[in-house]
Amino acid sequence: MSERTANGMDIDYVAQLARIGLTPAERAKFQGQLEAILGAMRKLDELELEGIEPTAHAMPVHNVWREDRAREWDVKDAALRNAPARMQDSIQVPKIVDTSG
Amino acid sequence: MEYLTTIGLEVHVQLRTASKMFCSCPHRYGAPPNSQTCPVCLGYPGVLPVPNRQAIEWTMLTGLMLGCRIARYSKFDRKSYFYPDMPKNYQISQYDLPLCEGGYVEVDLENGDTKKVGITRIHLEEDVAKSTHHSTTSAIDFNRAGTPLMEIVTEPDIAGPEEAYAFLTSLKQILTFGGVSDCNMEQGNIRCDANISIRPVGQDGLGVKTEIKNMNTFSGAQRALAYEVERQKEILNSGGRIEQETRRWDDVSGTTELMRSKEDAHDYRYFPDPDLMPMVVDEAWISRLTAEMPELPRTRKARFERQYGISPYDAGVLTADPELALFYEAAAAGSADAKAAANLVSNLLLHALAEAGMEIGSSPVRPEHITSLVNLVAEGTISSQIAKDVFAVVFETGRGPEEIVRERGLVQVQDTDQIRTWVRSVIEENPGPAADFRAGREKAIGRLVGAVMKASRGKANPQLVNEVLREELTRGGV
Repeated sequence: MSERTANGMDIDYVAQLARIGLTPAERAKFQGQLEAILGAMRKLDELELEGIEPTAHAMPVHNVWREDRAREWDVKDAALRNAPARMQDSIQVPKIVDTSG
Repeated sequence: MEYLTTIGLEVHVQLRTASKMFCSCPHRYGAPPNSQTCPVCLGYPGVLPVPNRQAIEWTMLTGLMLGCRIARYSKFDRKSYFYPDMPKNYQISQYDLPLCEGGYVEVDLENGDTKKVGITRIHLEEDVAKSTHHSTTSAIDFNRAGTPLMEIVTEPDIAGPEEAYAFLTSLKQILTFGGVSDCNMEQGNIRCDANISIRPVGQDGLGVKTEIKNMNTFSGAQRALAYEVERQKEILNSGGRIEQETRRWDDVSGTTELMRSKEDAHDYRYFPDPDLMPMVVDEAWISRLTAEMPELPRTRKARFERQYGISPYDAGVLTADPELALFYEAAAAGSADAKAAANLVSNLLLHALAEAGMEIGSSPVRPEHITSLVNLVAEGTISSQIAKDVFAVVFETGRGPEEIVRERGLVQVQDTDQIRTWVRSVIEENPGPAADFRAGREKAIGRLVGAVMKASRGKANPQLVNEVLREELTRGGV
């Protein structure tokens, strides 16, 4: 396993979490790019942030929702036609029961 | 070695909204596969989720019913994972700012004590699709995907499988009374996972826990937990070590099996969902919900005992289901005897409904039928024995008790002369018991009363029968 760099980026761990296989060239390229992003975020460390609440969104907007009303969309056949494989009215996928340790 | 058991539960509850959590699809159980889907819950590119306000409000209401603190600021997060039951490859959930925190559920223990089981948090998320597994493939039905789902997490306060069952029952009652979920287990409205560990008596720290999934009924949960306690005991007793892992309960074989080793939060790569705006809750909203909060099962049970003078047991039966509680209150309202009304409902009616496989909502006997049956007995028009027969006819036909009593001539016989005629012939036909009674064996009168009631085909007023019998017997007989 690789180790975290000074910028706190373990590219192999991140790739594994995202289930992405990287070639050595990609590994070097993405490591550099992601570290640059983290580096940019570190600019925040230079600011005086005492008393500032963290936010969950970039826009100062909240409570956007809809009333509880249902309507039928009737897209089943279109959706099934778009699926890679179907089994009657269900979408068929490789077996996904996870019994591995 | 003696062990202590520690259990924490995660209960998933589907809310009974008309539409899904982030789109307007309905989520009716049993609809043809994939018929209740749209581009949003199928995870098509470019679509945007919009939260269902009712689901947020019902989660807050649940929090209030369980004594939680309602968050003034809350948000949705993405939980990423790699099963195909969420087409976006993430589930919208809540990570560090859930809608509700703290709180408790009061649970009645078998020894009569009441225990508070702590609630850690309640968050709102979307349910995932239903997968059916075949030999080499799985079939996915997205009808359930996106259904509003509350996750109620308890503190590790539960001391055993029976207590877990009692907790789940109490929680279900509260949710049903609140009208937030149908809590139908067959339809998967309420499902639970458990964290369970054991430790030798005297050890301070908790033992290594396992997580049990796939418990779809409360009794299944109790059996699964009992099985897991035994499994862990056997491992520790033979000098082994418990592995922290996730195990799946198989209700058919009655065993748990290894599913996977435990993921940690990193694996899910939680982050705030940029498609959804944070939620801000003000005092006015909380005050309105608090004012609208329904009477909770335990409060109602205590009130029933007080107001109607019924036993704790009957009050418990009658408040187990909100519809039944309403039914009883309607029946008791005009009844001369609220206790008699409780007996009719909790014994005769519930028994008849169970035999017919019916729910209280579809009962052919209406609350006003119970009221008039109770009053017919209280006025002395019919005996309580006849009331049972009339009840059976009401149940069968849905017709009113007065009508049935009139039509079938079931009115109780109060006429002392008529009763005396039956009494005299019964004494004549039963010289043995008559002599026994005269010799001072008080109990012998029971058989004679029974015989007179039989002769009157149940219509004689039993109190008058008793009086007249005593008169005739002490007078020296015929």
